Amino acid sequence: MSDDILLEVRGLRTVFDTRAGQVCAVDGVDVTVNRGECLGIVGESGSGKSVTFASVMGLVRSPGRIEAGEIVFDGTDLRKLSPRKMQALRGRDIAMTMQDALTALNPALTVGEQLAEMLEAHDDDLPRRRGARRAAIQARSVEMLTLVGIPSAGDRLRQYPHEFSGGMRQRIMIAIALASKPRLLIADEPTTALDVTIQAQVLELISKLRAELGMSVVLITHDLGVVAEHCDRVMVMYAGQVVEEGPTAQVIRDPRHPYTRGLLASIPRPALRGQPIRPIDGQVPDLVDLPPQCRFLDRCPEAGEACRHLIDMHPAGPARRARCIRIAVPETEKA
Amino acid sequence: MSVIEQSAPVAAESLFRRNMAAFVENRLAFGSAIVVVLFVLMAIFAPWIAPNDPYATNLFFRLQPPVWMEGGDRAYPLGADALGRCILSRIIYGARISIFIGAAVILVATTIGILAGLAAGYLRGWVDVVISRLVDILLGFPYLIFAIGLMAMMGPGLGNIILALAYKEWVIPCRVVRGETLVTRELEYVEAARALGASGKHIMLREILPNILSPVIVVATIRMAHVIILEASLSFLGLGVQPPTASWGAMVADGRAFILESWWVSTFPGLAILLLVLAINVASQGLRDAFDPRFTE
Repeated sequence: MSDDILLEVRGLRTVFDTRAGQVCAVDGVDVTVNRGECLGIVGESGSGKSVTFASVMGLVRSPGRIEAGEIVFDGTDLRKLSPRKMQALRGRDIAMTMQDALTALNPALTVGEQLAEMLEAHDDDLPRRRGARRAAIQARSVEMLTLVGIPSAGDRLRQYPHEFSGGMRQRIMIAIALASKPRLLIADEPTTALDVTIQAQVLELISKLRAELGMSVVLITHDLGVVAEHCDRVMVMYAGQVVEEGPTAQVIRDPRHPYTRGLLASIPRPALRGQPIRPIDGQVPDLVDLPPQCRFLDRCPEAGEACRHLIDMHPAGPARRARCIRIAVPETEKA
Repeated sequence: MSVIEQSAPVAAESLFRRNMAAFVENRLAFGSAIVVVLFVLMAIFAPWIAPNDPYATNLFFRLQPPVWMEGGDRAYPLGADALGRCILSRIIYGARISIFIGAAVILVATTIGILAGLAAGYLRGWVDVVISRLVDILLGFPYLIFAIGLMAMMGPGLGNIILALAYKEWVIPCRVVRGETLVTRELEYVEAARALGASGKHIMLREILPNILSPVIVVATIRMAHVIILEASLSFLGLGVQPPTASWGAMVADGRAFILESWWVSTFPGLAILLLVLAINVASQGLRDAFDPRFTE
């Protein structure tokens, strides 16, 4: 493994046992996150984006379980860690912020108490003596809130989450996640619940902090626009699989998988004003009992007989891969 | 930064303070709460308030009527019982027993109930199965009969009454806590705490407990009235606090033989029970309305 790689996931398979059968939410997903980079994960609801990273964090609970795969974080195989060690690692080395900022803070505790608890649990630099410790926690809390752009942070520490606006709560959430200076921040749809101006602020903030603190960021979203602006690399997921990955600019300029093309075509654009938006027809397949064929088959405008078997990821240029046979077939053989 | 965030911070106002204000506005409930407080003060300062020694017998004043009746004596405002003891003084001292036992049982039961309920609701699995089955079994016994049986086994005494009542009482807060925990554990902020490395203990005590405390407190106050009645019932049956200690239930029992000619011996302690239990019930309903409108027993 190269020194540049912070997180490497190989062949991850996470399933949920339901009455209807086994739902394979994540099926053979590979993820690589390099040090200091921002990786965007795109896909529609239910494509397995969140479950993939819940698996990385060891947060998948019954009836779900990780069936196979290797999760290596900075040289440590996380699946072999004891629950206690895993718990110590969560928050300290890998922090995750939740989708819904409005409900992700504990309504019964002040923001200051929640920040202080995070620091108590994870910050080893705090002084031992009680008075000095409390002062240090206070100072660090103010520092964190100021860092995420909350004015008069000292006063606001004593307030409860309901006294903050949605955008501020999201930023407080980020402040809490960053309090332990994690090496990897997983931001699960950090902007979904926010209006557009606040969205931009929060994303700017994450980018800025990434540069300042030198951490890696995984940005889970369903908004390709967000990815285009903030991510170095992008991974597109569909029905529990990665269908395309590569440097953001290249993937957006020249998407190789029909699903990525479909996603891009369904974004409203000022340049294409007056033309109807082209949504992708059809539905995501039922994740129970998937037939051994391309998962995008039913919705793919380019599908053919050759797609009726399991499709692997194929290299599609330098540092690019896509799960489509079209790119594997040399130009000359294309019909 | 945008204009929105530059706005002045709102004055910090905790949810608790807001709920408390709503409670004070409810006149009936607040008045009842004051009655309860008066009872508590009466119990605490009994030696200074009581006109007579509650244990001093004086056969000259045997079955003395209250002061406003013919033959009444100012020294015994509410009359005297069959041994010539001052009924008012005994009621004042009896408040100590009722309130102490009520509070002690609720404290023990709620503590056990919270811990068991959190464990069952958060850990699930076999812990939940064991605790929930135990709760179901205990709920199957009629309360008073269960307590009578325990008292018969353990013998009378203050500590034993508390144990006998708490044995079954913890089931009530336990069910409430378990139910609330099942809902709360699925909420986003609990998941967020897990994602940031919180331990199970931390999640149960710091994330979940503060958020489910309102219904627990409301239930505890409502149940305190039940426990006071149960203690009175046990004492009435002679299984509770032993004579000569003044207990309202025992005092009601004492007057049974003379209920027709000397009605005051039983009636005044009975009224004391009624008033305290009623005040607690009304006050706790006000608490419920103010703190947890969605909760109904």
